[in-house]
Amino acid sequence: MTAVGIGRVVPRRGFARRNPTLVAGVVLLGLIVLVALMAPWLAPDPADAGTATHPFRVLAGPSSAHPFGTDLVGRDLLTRVMYGARISLRLVVEVLVIAGLVGIPLGLAAGYFGGHVDQVIMRITDVFLAFPALLLSLAIAFVLTPSVTNMTIAIAVTWWPWYTRLVRGEAASVATRPYIESCRTLGVSPIRILLRHVLPNSITPVLVQMSMDAGGILLTAASISFLGLGAQDPTPEWGLIVSQGAQYFSTQWWFVTFAGLAILFTAIAFNLIGDGVRELLDPRRVISR
Amino acid sequence: MIRYAGERLALGVLVVVGVVVLTFLIARVIPGDPAVTYAGPRASKAQLEHTRRQLGLDKPVVVQLGDYLKGIATGDWGSSYRTKRPVLSDLRTALPASIELVTAGLLLALLVGLPLGLVSARFHGELPDFLVRIVSVIGVSMPVFWAALILQLVFAQRLGWLPAAGEYDPNLYYSSPLTSYVQMPAVDALITGNLPVLESSISHLILPAAVVALYPAGLLARMVRASVLDTLGESHIRMTRSLGFGDRAIFGRWALRPAMNPVVQVTALVFAYSLANTFLVEAVFDWPGLGSYAANSLQALDTPAIVGVTLIVAIVYVVLNLLVDIAQAAIDPRIRLR
Amino acid sequence: MLEVRNLGVWFGERQVVAVDALDLDRGQMLGIVGETGSGKSMTAYAIAGLAPGMGARVEGSVKLEGRELLGLSDHELRDVRGRQIAMIFQAPISSLNPVFRVGDMFLRALRLHGASKPRARERAAAAMRSVALSPDLLRRYPHQLSGGQAQRVAIALAVALRAEVLIADEPTSALDVTVQAEILEVLQKLRSEESLAALFISHDLAVVSGICDTVAIMHDGKIVERGPVGRTLRHPEHPYTRELLAAVPRLNRPEAPGA
Repeated sequence: MTAVGIGRVVPRRGFARRNPTLVAGVVLLGLIVLVALMAPWLAPDPADAGTATHPFRVLAGPSSAHPFGTDLVGRDLLTRVMYGARISLRLVVEVLVIAGLVGIPLGLAAGYFGGHVDQVIMRITDVFLAFPALLLSLAIAFVLTPSVTNMTIAIAVTWWPWYTRLVRGEAASVATRPYIESCRTLGVSPIRILLRHVLPNSITPVLVQMSMDAGGILLTAASISFLGLGAQDPTPEWGLIVSQGAQYFSTQWWFVTFAGLAILFTAIAFNLIGDGVRELLDPRRVISR
Repeated sequence: MIRYAGERLALGVLVVVGVVVLTFLIARVIPGDPAVTYAGPRASKAQLEHTRRQLGLDKPVVVQLGDYLKGIATGDWGSSYRTKRPVLSDLRTALPASIELVTAGLLLALLVGLPLGLVSARFHGELPDFLVRIVSVIGVSMPVFWAALILQLVFAQRLGWLPAAGEYDPNLYYSSPLTSYVQMPAVDALITGNLPVLESSISHLILPAAVVALYPAGLLARMVRASVLDTLGESHIRMTRSLGFGDRAIFGRWALRPAMNPVVQVTALVFAYSLANTFLVEAVFDWPGLGSYAANSLQALDTPAIVGVTLIVAIVYVVLNLLVDIAQAAIDPRIRLR
Repeated sequence: MLEVRNLGVWFGERQVVAVDALDLDRGQMLGIVGETGSGKSMTAYAIAGLAPGMGARVEGSVKLEGRELLGLSDHELRDVRGRQIAMIFQAPISSLNPVFRVGDMFLRALRLHGASKPRARERAAAAMRSVALSPDLLRRYPHQLSGGQAQRVAIALAVALRAEVLIADEPTSALDVTVQAEILEVLQKLRSEESLAALFISHDLAVVSGICDTVAIMHDGKIVERGPVGRTLRHPEHPYTRELLAAVPRLNRPEAPGA
């Protein structure tokens, strides 16, 4: 008979042994962050991350000088992939921050004040959510002229509604609690109540959700760039590199492969962290031995 | 139950209207002159003026919006500036192709993801669980366009097992012409008994459907695992065990049904998500669906087409959510009374 | 009829139950009383064979009608569960599967233990009547029942299965006092009419003293005192029992027992 019913038994000592997923994710992401930060010093040809061209070594295969090969204008792909990490990581953080700054206050307001405020905010949210996210981001990126910055804005615009909805639910239930009532009767200003009482108690699911969203944001950005509506050459964004390499794929396999692997592993790291955070904050299913 | 469905429907209509307005406004903001697209780059100024009046572009935006909304309600969704055909008829060919692809992909995902999730829950903490979890994380983290390229390279080009692109072998247009009922080659072929086309369309479906299935399969496996484990922790399972039911009955019926609730919700959301994301798969596999149509329309600044695509996807979303809500209420009787 | 000897239950290294001996006869109601964490519930689960499924390790001897239960294969144990030993739990509505009609549970459980469909329906209806519930309620879903009704349904399940031993884990703790009384009445009736043997686990001394003939006090996994309910509660010997009794708020009793 399987050991289910109360929960899984976990070792008491050792954070790493108790949360292997989280630790694995953090280690992997840590490596990627390290590479991103050290790129200017670690990369073989930093100039290749920009507009440099080397006509004599176009589309060269992996070698000791160019472990990831070179692209269609001879730029070292290892360098470009490393610099790509900087772009992707920064983008994910920026999107989360913007979406959070917009979505969370709206959700707090909707949940706490209820009534008309709630209805209006939630209808707007529903409309945004009814749009297929990728389509909307593409449209916005298109309108704003494709670039990394505009892509960031476009993705953030499609992402904030999820957080509003999430926070609203939490805020609404917190708002009904007796101690909030007593704050109100004591005459504490709504802003203060929101900031000091409602926010801290509603924020945990959002933080968990954000950690789980990071991977999706990365993939969305790569997809937008792949379709040509995101980063533009010479920016070494991973999705862009894959799209550049697509037509050469059958003969020059390295062009597409390494950039794609970079996306894959970074997304895996984010997802592992997301999973780990969720397990960590869900006490119900763990009993310590 | 009826009232519940009715409420949800009314809400859905409201949302769709909001979507149309928003999309229309966005489309108007797109830089570029639709008249040029319609009339062609060589049109003279007079012709452009004429085109503009013809397309109603000289009227105030609010009036244009009003006309458009009226048109939508009566079935006139405007004509595409690019294909010069009614948007609705363009969509009538594009949408089913995407639906065919996404449905095939989702069926595959369910076939793979559900059992994997159950196995993972049954053996949780042991090797099968570990393996399934690794595979599902990879599935969920895989960049779709990259997977498409790789699968295409390996299976179509290098191994030659499966075709690389298109809906079915173009040679069959002549040797075994297909009468179209639902605009989905595989289904039509099945209905009309057109075996060569059926075989060809299925083999053309396999690769793109597999790519579409990657993310949902991974997601489903994880969701099923989590949901089943959660359900197993609930007291009624203890009661069920105390009555003498064993693992097979518990995993097969008693824990499965209550656990399906969130899974149904995820499946529908994933369907909608995949529908909108067919862009990437359609691009790589040359699939003539909604994604390709949308991409072409965006590039051509084809406002009616863009709005049409967005509208149809929004409608699909709303309908799907409605179906999910109803399905949930059917599975879990507690929801009906809320 | 039920003999428990040297029962030990461990979660990893920690021992939560160390019961030296426990006996239950036909028609007897044994109350197991203790505070939270005393191991009373785990004792019940161990006897019912549910403990390994919770990740616990069990050693010792549990004999039902002379047949050793611990160490039986899962397959054999499944026969025992339901047919011979039935359980009811706290929070009755949550104990019933929310997405199935109550009658479905009855039918499937009865057919699992060998009844034919028509017989199963008869037995279910008869069992419902014996706990003073209309068989019509079988068509309902658990959330459409009141707490008292749900608990009676659980008891009816045990009756329909013709279980010999009923283990009740805090069956009335989640219910109102008036509903409590109904449940206790039902159990009393079953005891006198069907000679049902029951293990009644509770932290509530008052309830136990009302319905059980014998009582066992548990503390830290061990049984510290046992005996007929009247005598034990009026003249407790073990200091822990005395503490327990002293902690119970009295409404209008002039003299505290055991003082």
